[in-house]
Amino acid sequence: MAEPARIGIGARTPRVEDAALVRGKGCFLDDIHVPGALEAVFLRSPLAHGLIRKLDLAAARAHPGVRAVFAYDDLRARLTMDRIPLALPAAGIRFHVDPFVLAREEVCYAGEPIALVVADSRRVAEDAVALIDLEIEPLPAVADPVKGLEPGAPRARLDCPDNFVASNGIDYGDIDAAFAGAAHVVKERFRLDKGGGHSIEPRGVIARHDPLEGRLTVWDSTQMPHRTRGVLVTTLGLDEEQVRVIAPDVGGGFGPKAVFHPEELAIPAAALLLGQPVKWVEDRFESFTATIGERETDWDMEAAFDADGRLRGIRGRLRYDHGAATPYGVALPFNACTNLIGPYVLPAFKIAIELCLTNKTPAAPTRGAGRPQGTYVMERLLDAMAARIGLPRDEIRRRNFIAASQMPYAVPVKQRDGSLMTYDSGDYPECQRRALAAAGWSDFPARQAAALREGRYIGLGLTNYVEGTGRGPFESASIRVGPSGKVVVTTGATAQGQGVQTMLAQIVAGVLGLEPQAIQVIAGDTNASPMGLGAFASRQAVTAGNAVFQAATLVAEKAKAAASTLLEASPDDLELHDGAVRVKGVPGHQKTLTEIARSLAGAAGFALPAGMTPGLAAATDFLTTGLTYTNGCHLAEVEVDPETGGVKINRYVVVHDCGTMINPMMVEGQILGGVAHGIGMTLFEWMRYDDQAQLLTATFADYLLPTADVLPRLDIHHMISPTPLNPLGVKGAAESGTIGAPATIVSAIEDALSPFGVRIRDLPLTPARLRALVRERSAA
Amino acid sequence: MKAAPFVYHAPDTLAAVLDLMARLDNARPLAGGQSLMPMMNFRVATPDHLIDLGRVAGLAGIEVVGDRLRVGAMTTQRMLEKSALVREACPLLAEAIDHVGHQQTRNRGTLGGSLCHLDPGAELPVAAMALGAELIVVSARGTRVLAFADFPMGYLTTALEADEILTRVDLPIAGPREGWAFIEFNRRPADFAIVSVAVRLSLDDDGQVENISITVGGVRPTPLKLAEVEGLLTGQMPDAAIIARAAAVIAGLDCEGDDLYPPDYRRDLCETLTRRALTRAVERAKGRGHG
Repeated sequence: MAEPARIGIGARTPRVEDAALVRGKGCFLDDIHVPGALEAVFLRSPLAHGLIRKLDLAAARAHPGVRAVFAYDDLRARLTMDRIPLALPAAGIRFHVDPFVLAREEVCYAGEPIALVVADSRRVAEDAVALIDLEIEPLPAVADPVKGLEPGAPRARLDCPDNFVASNGIDYGDIDAAFAGAAHVVKERFRLDKGGGHSIEPRGVIARHDPLEGRLTVWDSTQMPHRTRGVLVTTLGLDEEQVRVIAPDVGGGFGPKAVFHPEELAIPAAALLLGQPVKWVEDRFESFTATIGERETDWDMEAAFDADGRLRGIRGRLRYDHGAATPYGVALPFNACTNLIGPYVLPAFKIAIELCLTNKTPAAPTRGAGRPQGTYVMERLLDAMAARIGLPRDEIRRRNFIAASQMPYAVPVKQRDGSLMTYDSGDYPECQRRALAAAGWSDFPARQAAALREGRYIGLGLTNYVEGTGRGPFESASIRVGPSGKVVVTTGATAQGQGVQTMLAQIVAGVLGLEPQAIQVIAGDTNASPMGLGAFASRQAVTAGNAVFQAATLVAEKAKAAASTLLEASPDDLELHDGAVRVKGVPGHQKTLTEIARSLAGAAGFALPAGMTPGLAAATDFLTTGLTYTNGCHLAEVEVDPETGGVKINRYVVVHDCGTMINPMMVEGQILGGVAHGIGMTLFEWMRYDDQAQLLTATFADYLLPTADVLPRLDIHHMISPTPLNPLGVKGAAESGTIGAPATIVSAIEDALSPFGVRIRDLPLTPARLRALVRERSAA
Repeated sequence: MKAAPFVYHAPDTLAAVLDLMARLDNARPLAGGQSLMPMMNFRVATPDHLIDLGRVAGLAGIEVVGDRLRVGAMTTQRMLEKSALVREACPLLAEAIDHVGHQQTRNRGTLGGSLCHLDPGAELPVAAMALGAELIVVSARGTRVLAFADFPMGYLTTALEADEILTRVDLPIAGPREGWAFIEFNRRPADFAIVSVAVRLSLDDDGQVENISITVGGVRPTPLKLAEVEGLLTGQMPDAAIIARAAAVIAGLDCEGDDLYPPDYRRDLCETLTRRALTRAVERAKGRGHG
């Protein structure tokens, strides 16, 4: 590997995609102008629950410029089945709730699509939507996952027997003995909201059917184009060769774009029915009401400790708001519970998970995917216990850490694939030690006391966490060096701005001795890579990264073997450098990759180099053998104004371990973005619904994202514990920052308000909520 | 999220604007568009006619005439923010502007637009009320001068008639022993205020409060003058104890609120911010008197 520090793995290579993106030369979905394309708008349910009693489309159909208006039956005529088959296998699911392409009779959340207007322009289509005569008979709505599971609760869907859509849980160790023998027990109830992904670019779909080629091309702002193709093949009755799905430049995913939404079927179906291309770009109001996100979790928890603060067991009950359907299975709350365990020895754990259907937009993962909530619960329980027994917060964690010498460490929890959840590498106590040192933990009490004398309330909080990354089962990659000398990488991985092209180009560059800019990466096109899964679960560096590494290694070996013949040198004497295979120590005695590729391309009637197969290329799949666990320790310093409930984050330290880093700069970008999401979830973002499940926060004026001016500078430090589970030793980094942030900030706020003795449970922590807690304590 | 159909007018003269306003039904004047355009795109506002004031000469500008600072209604918030004249002559307005929106919205947003839109979280109406601004309002029928106190009629509703536009805002120039403060609380610096407080006061030779004006935003649909607090402080030596006592009457204030910021939270904020604003204004009055 030539000069790895400059071009290969570990280099802070500038991102190859940025030259286009920062100059406005990217090609996002709305930049694609297909000749003759019509524009579509959906009529969406204004009510969270009800029955469609009247849907008169005549006036809308007659409106000038309108080409078609579709209701459920109109689209169903082109489909092979009633519902969109999205069910994933899931333990404990009682019934799958697959969505309809458009509501058939019952509407189950405000924002559910009811009709589709296709017109010459979006504006005309919006005018026509206003002409649709819609009458809905209201039904009682389920807005709360706890109340929704009570006997006699109204049903969120009349097509389901009740709201109790799934139940699963974790149960290991002797939980009764753990509590029976405990010196201390803390009991807490947490109500946590998480919110959505809110990418800058909303969702969007363009579909064009080409009757000459007999092919449907769908441009989709998605994280998983291969899944889109799979669903379209099934529901439209086509074969794989007839459907090409392309994810163009995608302006952020964060989870919601990994889930197949009804619009992704409605638009292709409309294009097929009309014989004309159709384009739909989600507007921001639709992002709030129609795009999946995470919903509320309600935790009723108890933790048992020994007298010295060692955990004996945790038990409890998690009630989970799953919204109105199950488009992505029911794994989210299970993720939350497994991640609760974190980097600690937890001898016994029993939790019942109950998933409730509600009349809200369906729930599916957003960055962190349940894990921030689980980590929050564990860390709050640890802080509560530390306060109870008068132990410093760092010490109680130190007493419960899994030691580095215990790696690999198997937690007795079975995962989706049936294997035991196993932490593969890492040094959690050392990670905390470095974070405490970086944040000035030991000096802080003196600073805190000095601030208090000035009437300022500052606090320091900490959190440790792990994250299972690199979910399988596989990812695909191929590398081809054409006779032109161009190196093209194709992969099933997809890019949403996180730097996938750079990450993969950097790996190839390191192996082949090229500049990353010389390598073209084609991601997110089902024609370029017939197999693939895409972006979710902090997986692409692990899965696609290793697939590309394997393929690049095969190409390098083949190039050397071919050059060995062409140069009449032993392969052992050859090295790859600057786009050529050269004889070590003999300047100029070399064959460029272009020359080798030409010789392997073959010429009619002439022999290939001895023993070689045609083409300088390789294709591989990387199969995972288990999740690989990233870990980190976060510390935040805050200042709280107890009179207003205002919180300012003054300092934020992250010590992070995601194994080998392909590009530390991009890892730091992921950590920064992740922490920003976590800060949002803690202090700002809140999908608020009224008691009839009507969304109250459908604009960015009401749903607050953390802006640059409220974010602290991040002080990021790395540890490197390569995983033994893949050749590169890499772990995922995309969600990790989010997981640690909420518990860290809340711990810091409690510390700042320690003179008041405030205990914080629910998220988000708005200033009004915090002020109410201070008032409660002041009155007590 | 596209506006419903409307006719766009771009007149060059005030006379042409007033003629259109008099003739057309359901017409709205367009100033900076930072609130109206999103409302139209949401189809919350559906005017049939939009009359752009952007090409009319003479509606923007800042000048001192006598003891008044005259600000044209189409003066952008960014112009106010950057004006040394405003900082010197009307520092309360300058401090309020520092809390308004983002630079990008201040580049387009205008003083007149903010006063006429009258968002309950907006800073400029609160400052205008505390300053005792006078509004020059014109229509084809003639010109009238309105005290800002008589301008707000309710949520997003002003005393403007359908054919009238606001052309100018006249503000008092700060005196030598004057103190001021504009304080607000919000969750992100560029947001509308949850609660804001504007204070303007002057001290006499003995250091007692001579004139005082306190206006709060965010507790009612329109800015609210705190006459009782003003009365308690007038003629008093404004030390910390009396400021706290005066602000404490806010505990009995009838506040509006919502589930996110309930009435008792807004009342709490109002009391805290009023106390802080009074303290800052008194410090400044003393500093100016001595300096």
